[in-house]
Amino acid sequence: MIRYILWRVLVMIPTLLLISALVFTIMELPPGDFFESQIAEMRAMGENADMAEIEALRARYGFDKPLVERYFHWVGGMLVGDFGYSFEYQLPVTDVVGDRLWLTMMVSFVTIIVTWIIAFPIGIYSATHPYSWGDYGLTFVGLIGLAIPNFMLALVLMYFANIWFGTSIGHLMGREYLGQPMSWDKVKSILEHLWIPVLIIGTAGTAGMVRRLRANLMDEMEKQYVVTARAKGLAPGKLLRKYPLRLALNFFISDIGSILPAIISGAEITAIVLSLETTGPLLIRALQSQDMYLAGSFLMFLAFLTVIGVLISDIALAMLDPRIRLAGGRTK
Amino acid sequence: MTAEHELLRIRDLSVSFPLLGGRVNAVRNADLRILPGKVTALVGESGSGKSVIGRTILGIQSPAATVSGQILFADRADQPPCDLLALPRDGRQIRSIRGNRIGMIFQEPMTSFSPVHTIGNQIDEALRIHKVMSPAERRERSEAMLAMSGFADPRKVFDMYPFELSGGMRQRAMIAMALVCEPSLLIADEPTTALDVTVQAQILQLLRDLQERLGMAVLLVTHDLGVVANTADEVVVLYQGQVLESGSTDDIFRRPEHPYLRGLMGAVPHFDMAPGERLKPLREIATDSAGLLGRSAPAAAPAGDNVLLRVRGLSKSFVIRKSAGFFGGARAAHRAVDDVSFDIRRGESLGLVGESGSGKTTVGKIVVRAVTPDKGQIVMQRPEGPLDVLAARGADLTMLRQKVQMVFQDPVSSLSPHMTVRNILTEPLEIHLRGSAADRQAMAGRLIRAIGLSEDDLNRYPHSFSGGQRQRIGIARALALGPELLVCDEATSALDVSVQAQVLNLLKDLQKDLGLTYLFISHNLAVVNYMCDRVAVMQGGRIVEIAPREVLMRAPVHPYTRALLAAVPYPDLDRPLDFACIGQSGTTTWGPAFTGDAGLTAIDLGNGHQVLANRNADISELRA
Repeated sequence: MIRYILWRVLVMIPTLLLISALVFTIMELPPGDFFESQIAEMRAMGENADMAEIEALRARYGFDKPLVERYFHWVGGMLVGDFGYSFEYQLPVTDVVGDRLWLTMMVSFVTIIVTWIIAFPIGIYSATHPYSWGDYGLTFVGLIGLAIPNFMLALVLMYFANIWFGTSIGHLMGREYLGQPMSWDKVKSILEHLWIPVLIIGTAGTAGMVRRLRANLMDEMEKQYVVTARAKGLAPGKLLRKYPLRLALNFFISDIGSILPAIISGAEITAIVLSLETTGPLLIRALQSQDMYLAGSFLMFLAFLTVIGVLISDIALAMLDPRIRLAGGRTK
Repeated sequence: MTAEHELLRIRDLSVSFPLLGGRVNAVRNADLRILPGKVTALVGESGSGKSVIGRTILGIQSPAATVSGQILFADRADQPPCDLLALPRDGRQIRSIRGNRIGMIFQEPMTSFSPVHTIGNQIDEALRIHKVMSPAERRERSEAMLAMSGFADPRKVFDMYPFELSGGMRQRAMIAMALVCEPSLLIADEPTTALDVTVQAQILQLLRDLQERLGMAVLLVTHDLGVVANTADEVVVLYQGQVLESGSTDDIFRRPEHPYLRGLMGAVPHFDMAPGERLKPLREIATDSAGLLGRSAPAAAPAGDNVLLRVRGLSKSFVIRKSAGFFGGARAAHRAVDDVSFDIRRGESLGLVGESGSGKTTVGKIVVRAVTPDKGQIVMQRPEGPLDVLAARGADLTMLRQKVQMVFQDPVSSLSPHMTVRNILTEPLEIHLRGSAADRQAMAGRLIRAIGLSEDDLNRYPHSFSGGQRQRIGIARALALGPELLVCDEATSALDVSVQAQVLNLLKDLQKDLGLTYLFISHNLAVVNYMCDRVAVMQGGRIVEIAPREVLMRAPVHPYTRALLAAVPYPDLDRPLDFACIGQSGTTTWGPAFTGDAGLTAIDLGNGHQVLANRNADISELRA
C-alpha cells in the first residue's frame, strides 16, 4: 500500500510538469503580451502611452528573454512559492489571490458537503422507491436544478431577495467588512452570506449526484449478492447500508477527482453575478487582460487540485475495494 | 391428515408476474412436500418456475410477483405449521426463518458473494443476525463450518475475499454460509450448474455428506436429471409452472408416467446409446437443408490420409500479474496451450474436452485465427495444396475466413441485437462479395429453412427468439459462406436439454448433408460422446489423451480422463456416482507414469489412441 502511494505521488511530478508546459504554451499563444494590450487599451481611451517606460518594464520582467528561459523561470519560481507578478494589480500574484483563495476553498468545501448531505438521502430514497410519486417528484426538481444555469438562478434569487427581503445578497460578506482584516464579526457576516452562493453553486451538482447515486444503487440492488444477503435474514435497512450502498460508493469516490476543480472553476460566472470575493472573477479578468502570471498560476492551481483529487480518490478506492487492492491489473 | 411429519408443504401455490400487457403465470397451483432429512429434487427446464418456487418459500421473490396459496413450514413435529406466505413481507418473523431455519445457496458462486467483504464477514453475518454469540464463538463456529465444507485451512479462508477463490471453492464457502446456523431445510438453486463436472461431483458429495451429518432436508432445484438420480430421495417434475409428476426417485426414474418426463429422458445424451441412435427432442424441428446441398459439397479429398487440418506443437502463453501484495508483483506467464498437436480428418467430428481453464477454447480461437499462438503450426490441406493457416495473408486469409467458421457458446450475446436475422445472415455474404443482392436474399431464405425456421422469421430481431432458436441462427450464420470446418465452442452449454437435443441433431444432420468437419469443443462428455468420432481430452493446456470415441469412453488410460468420466452423473439409478473415487482428480494422485514435467510425451497405444505419459513408461503399465 505504501509503495503504491509513493508511486502515485511520484507519477504526479511529471504530470504536473507536463501541465505547466501546456499552460505556459497556451498563455503564450495569443499574439502580444500584457503590455501590448495595455497600450491598446490606453490608446483606445485617448491617452498617450509612454513607450520607453513600457520597454523598461518589459526588460525588467524578462519579456525580452527567450521562451524557454521564461518558462523555467516561471516554474522555478512556483517551486519556491513565487508565482510571479500581476501587472494588472501591480502586486505579486500571491498578494492578489491572498484571502480570495481561502474564501474560494471555503465556499467549495461547504458546497461539496451540502451537495452530499442533500444528494445522499434523496438518491437512496429514489433508488429504494423507484417509479413512485416521491421518486418522480424529486427527479423533476432535480432535472430543473440540472437544467437551469447557475448564473440565471443567481439572478432570479437576487431579484426575489431584493423584492421580498429588501436586501442585496451579493458579496460573501457585509459591505462594511470588504477589505477589512479578519475579525469575529466578519466571520459571522461571511457565514450569513454563505448559504446563497452555496445553494446556487450546489444545485446542479446535487441534481447530478442524485441521478447517479440512484442509477448506481438500483444496479447494485439487482445483484445476486443482495438476494444472498436477504436469504440470510438481514433486515432491509441494514442490508441496503452494508451491501449495495457500499458498492455504489465506488463511483462516488472516483468523483472526488473531478469535483474539486469543477466546483472551483464552474462557479466563475455565478461569482461574477453575485460579486463574490472568490478567485473565479479574478481568473476571468486575468485571462481577458493577458495578465499571464496571474492566469497561469490559476490554471496551475486548478490542475494541481485535479491531480490531488484523483490521487485522493485512487487511494481511497484502493483502501475501500479489495478487488483493486489485491487483484489490481490482473488479467482474466 | 398424513401421519408423516412434513417439514414443508406447499399447497396450491401460484405465482405470477406482470408483463407488458398481461401477466405471466410462473407457477400454477403447485403442490409439493418436503420430508425432514430427505432430498427433494425440483426438476424442470428453464422457465418452468422451479427457481421461483425456491425463492417464494423464503419470501425473496421479486416484489412485483403476486403470490397465492400456502407454504406451511413445520420446523418441529410437535408444533403447528406456520404459513410462510401469511407472514408480513420482510417482517421480523420471516427474517428469523431465513438463513436460520431455511438456508439457501445459488447457482452463481461468482456473484453470490459481495466482492468487497471477506468470506468470514459474510458467513459470520448469519450468526450475528440469528444467534447470541460472542465474536470469538462466532469465528470458531464459522471456521468449523468452513472446515466441514472441505476447506483445509479455514482460518485463512475466513479472512479471504471471494474473488481470491475458485468457483468450486466459492460454492463451498456459500454452502458453509447457508448452513452455519444449522437450518432444517436447505434450498439449493442449481448449486452445481456453473461448475466443472469433477467439481460438481465434489460439491454433490459435500451436500450429501452435510445433509446426512446435520440431518437436514434439501430442496434441490435443478435441470440436470443426472444430478437428481444421484442425490434425490423424492422428485417433483415441473413443466410450465405446473407439477406434472411427483414421487420417489425410484418411481420417477423407473416408471415415468407423464410423456413429458419420458421425453425429457429421451433428450439427454448418454453413454449407452447405440451407434446411430438419435436423441429425441421434445419438439422435433423440420429442417430443409436441400437448398444448401451440392453448393458446399466436400472437395475431393487429396490422396492419402484425408486430413483437413494438421495442428502441430501449438503453444500460447498469457501474461498475468501475480497478486503478490499491492500492485507490485512479478509478471508470470500462464501457459494456456502447451504443445498441442492433433489432426482433424475431413468430414469427421473431433471433440475437444476439458474443464474450464484447460485451454480448449484458446485452441479453438487459434484455429479460427482469432488468437495468435506463440509457437506451432496449423496446415490446412486443400485440393490446391497445403495452406499454412497461421501465416495466411491477403487472398489466402480471405479464403480461410470463408472455410473456417465458428459457433459460439452464448446465443444471446453472439448475435447483434439491432440487426434483423436477414441482416445477420447476409452480412457474411456481403463482406465476401458473394453474388447479387437477390442471390444473398435467396441464400438467407435457404439458410433459415435449413435450420428449421421459416422465411417470415428473417425480418425479426434476435431478441424475439428463444435461446435454442438463436443458437440455430448462429449456426445458420456460420454456414452462410459454405465453410468446410466449423469450430463449435460449447455450442449447446447454455441450452436446456430438450433444446440441446434439437441443436445437436441439427448439427449432426448438417454434417451428414453438407460434409462438414467439426471441431467440437465442450465440457460435457455425454454430448461429445454423442457428436464426435474422435475425442481429445485437454488438461492444463495439454492434450492428455486422444482416441477414437469408443476407445476413450470404454477404455480410458489417462487418470485424468478416468476421473472426468467417473464424475459424470448418469440419469440412471443403477449407475450411481462413485463418490469414493471423486476428489482425486488432482495431478498428485496420478501414477508415476503420468507425472514428471520433462519426460512427458504422447505415447501411441495403436489404433489412433495416444496418451501423454512418461517417455519410458511401458504400455502394459499404462493400461493397468
